[in-house]
Amino acid sequence: MHIVVCVKQVPDPSQARIDRDTGLVIREGVDKITNPFDLYALEEAIRLKESFGGQVTAISMGPPAAKEVLKDAIAMGVDSGILLSDRQFAGADTLATSYTLAQAIRKLGDVALIICGKQAADGDTAQVGPGLAANLDFSHVTQVRKIRQLNSTETVVERLTDTGYEVLGLRLPAVITVVKEINEPRLPGLRGMMRAKKAEIPLWDSQVLDVDPKRVGLNGSPTQVWRTFEPARHQKGEMLVGSPSEQAALLLDRLRSL
Amino acid sequence: MDMRVRADDCTICGICVAECLFDAIKMGDEGPKFNESCTFCGACIEACPTGAIYQAEERGDAAEPAASTAPHDGKARHQGVWVFAEQHNGKLAGVVMELLGEGRRLADRLGQPLGCVLLGDGVEQLSHELMEYGADQVYLAMDPQLESYRDDLYAQVIEHIVSKYRPTIFLLGGTANGRSLAPRVATRLRTGLTADCTGFDLDEEGNLLQTRPAFGGNLMATIRCPNHRPQMATVRPKVFEAAARQPDRRGEEIVVDLPSLNPWVRIIEIVEESAIGPNLAEADIVVAGGRGLGSPDKLRLVEDLAKALGGAVGASRAVVDAGWIGYPHQVGQTGRTVAPKLYIACGISGAIQHLVGMQSADVIVAINKDPDAPIFSVATYCIIGEVEEVIPALIQEIKNRNRA
Repeated sequence: MHIVVCVKQVPDPSQARIDRDTGLVIREGVDKITNPFDLYALEEAIRLKESFGGQVTAISMGPPAAKEVLKDAIAMGVDSGILLSDRQFAGADTLATSYTLAQAIRKLGDVALIICGKQAADGDTAQVGPGLAANLDFSHVTQVRKIRQLNSTETVVERLTDTGYEVLGLRLPAVITVVKEINEPRLPGLRGMMRAKKAEIPLWDSQVLDVDPKRVGLNGSPTQVWRTFEPARHQKGEMLVGSPSEQAALLLDRLRSL
Repeated sequence: MDMRVRADDCTICGICVAECLFDAIKMGDEGPKFNESCTFCGACIEACPTGAIYQAEERGDAAEPAASTAPHDGKARHQGVWVFAEQHNGKLAGVVMELLGEGRRLADRLGQPLGCVLLGDGVEQLSHELMEYGADQVYLAMDPQLESYRDDLYAQVIEHIVSKYRPTIFLLGGTANGRSLAPRVATRLRTGLTADCTGFDLDEEGNLLQTRPAFGGNLMATIRCPNHRPQMATVRPKVFEAAARQPDRRGEEIVVDLPSLNPWVRIIEIVEESAIGPNLAEADIVVAGGRGLGSPDKLRLVEDLAKALGGAVGASRAVVDAGWIGYPHQVGQTGRTVAPKLYIACGISGAIQHLVGMQSADVIVAINKDPDAPIFSVATYCIIGEVEEVIPALIQEIKNRNRA
């Protein structure tokens, strides 16, 4: 079975800072890492391969520097990585991104299962997984916390809902997005890191992918950022001062009158 | 030589315009435009806070960032604001009434009707409830196969109905199901979708302005989808106020014909689990802990205070990511949105990603040792101090008063 994992390079969310004067996000000096949610997708694919055999390919779309996340995926244990990179792809919203990824899956041809993290830590939209499935006319299920079974035609999964969970049988080929409850991602081993160092990451551009130029990048993105602004700050609240027990008493006095 | 802009990095802040010594830059909708006065001095490249501007060696070595995708023919053919009426076991999800409140406001400003799409089996009676909450039309798709939410058939039916009746705006709740359904439908319709909006407005042409937190909530972004219809967006529960119910308000029921269905999901079991302690989304009091607690065992203090007040336990994304407590307790843009009467934030610094999930609480108490923590900017009452000293004092004071 050929399993694909889609990964995204994101600015390290723990280093997110904002310039207090301009209200803009500071990007300089922020490390780029694999989207933390994608580590669970990588781990799950590697475990499936260890149980059932087959191969795992990691795919990312981004600037040439994004090949680092594919090398990291190979270090963890995936077989190969492919980077979709072209200046035409820049500025893509989730519709254009899922179309571009879908073209790569089509080119691979024999993919039975695609695993994605539940969302990217920078955009938080959770839209590319289902969008990719819709593009390919694959089935999809989101928020998977456990893969119970997998055979050549169906996978049985547990999906987290707002009130509990569902057990679903899903026809293959399929896209699943996974939540962090599903596993504990491994750290790369020495052998993996050696392999990653030597690995060649093929770069697929718009010509290799045979994309419709009207459907990729900014041109293929129906949504446009119209403006950005700093979040509104509220009025200062009342400061309760004193020793901890005095602060506690002051607070309860105020809450009692509610 | 040519000046170029990476549109996905450009925040349209205008710093380049101010920095340009030759008045060569005008700000357009998608970023700076350079005119013939440009000397390629590079001052704007250095000034750009996001590194979005660069110099290209030759003209035409990259695709021209066109204004947008090919316009969808006949925007005017799309009329009406629609809401997805998510229901479980014959009960409407709370977010539906909230979307109806906001949808009504948008529909009235556009002078267009407010519609609802209701899928299920034998739950036609819900259409009266939807009308009492403001719907003018309810599009009904009733079938035994649609009894419970399922990605495959719900997406196929909704794609069919939206293509046939062509609303201009389509809003869905940012629930587990809505966040799975909306991107599938939007992709099939090849239109735009904005996730987790916290505010809507209309521009002068009637395009929907969709505001959402970006970059973990450190920045707000307003998104437009000017050339495609419907304009689709999801909204988390508790972001908007629910519409007021107007008894006996009536509307029109439209029973839709179903497309041929192509199932790919087998529902084996649906399990409802009650959360530990009171339900976070519905609790009147929420006590939440963040990384300022210092260590996982300090979360016990938060649980003890919640217990003393009869409230639910919440947590910031940081401590959930660190594995101190389970995801069902996470409050914020990627967790639950809550709007309790009282929210006590303990050791939570207050990234906007968290604030958007709780700032509509009636009363917010912030306890933090860092006086500059952004959480204080939304707090009603501010306590600067060590969480491990203040919480026990609070619990003691509650006990004393209960005894008195």
